[in-house]
Amino acid sequence: MKPFEIVETPIEPQKYSDYVLHAGAGAVTVFTGHVREWTHGIRTLYLSYEAYIPMAEKKLAQIGAEMEAKWPGVKAAIAHRIGEMHISDIAVVIAVSSPHRKAAYEANEYAIERIKEVVPIWKKEIWEDGEEWIGGQKKYPEKGIE
Amino acid sequence: MIKVSYFARLRELTGKPGETIDRESMTVRELLDWAETAYPGFGKDTVHVAVNEEYALKEDIIQSGDICAFIPPVSGG
Repeated sequence: MKPFEIVETPIEPQKYSDYVLHAGAGAVTVFTGHVREWTHGIRTLYLSYEAYIPMAEKKLAQIGAEMEAKWPGVKAAIAHRIGEMHISDIAVVIAVSSPHRKAAYEANEYAIERIKEVVPIWKKEIWEDGEEWIGGQKKYPEKGIE
Repeated sequence: MIKVSYFARLRELTGKPGETIDRESMTVRELLDWAETAYPGFGKDTVHVAVNEEYALKEDIIQSGDICAFIPPVSGG
């Protein structure tokens, strides 16, 4: 495994948790994001994710570096799966270790928010009567994305 | 020659994963205008451009040999 990767096979969270664990870590938080059946009253049959893989892995590593800079002592690993996924499958795992628990919780939440902002991954929801790429019609921020 | 890639909604709209544009240099803004003209409904105001795997600004200049990607609003996680 790579610590920041896009994968096409089922995610095993334990691998990422093991990767961040070390003797100086007093806490490990593991977040897994799953495919949800109901969104705003609409039933999802399955999801299909696509990524610009080389850039997505680079952006995941950038998020890891941001976390380590903001919370010294934190070690992170992040994987996002692409392809077709069914209800309850794991789409993303974020494992974070730190000497004390507060940083492990905070850095973990930071990571998922940043993934949703900057990592070139796209989700398509497939319903009984249609399908749609999710992402909406956000305006282009003039200052660009960092 | 400038290489461009399309993803997600834009791959479906254009019907292709990418193509090569026969230009020596252009700004990101000009590239977005080109795409909107070539593919009505492209939605250039919602699309970012990555140049060599980094987000670019609309004023940035793209040179022949650069690898570009159109990035519609992301929805990972």
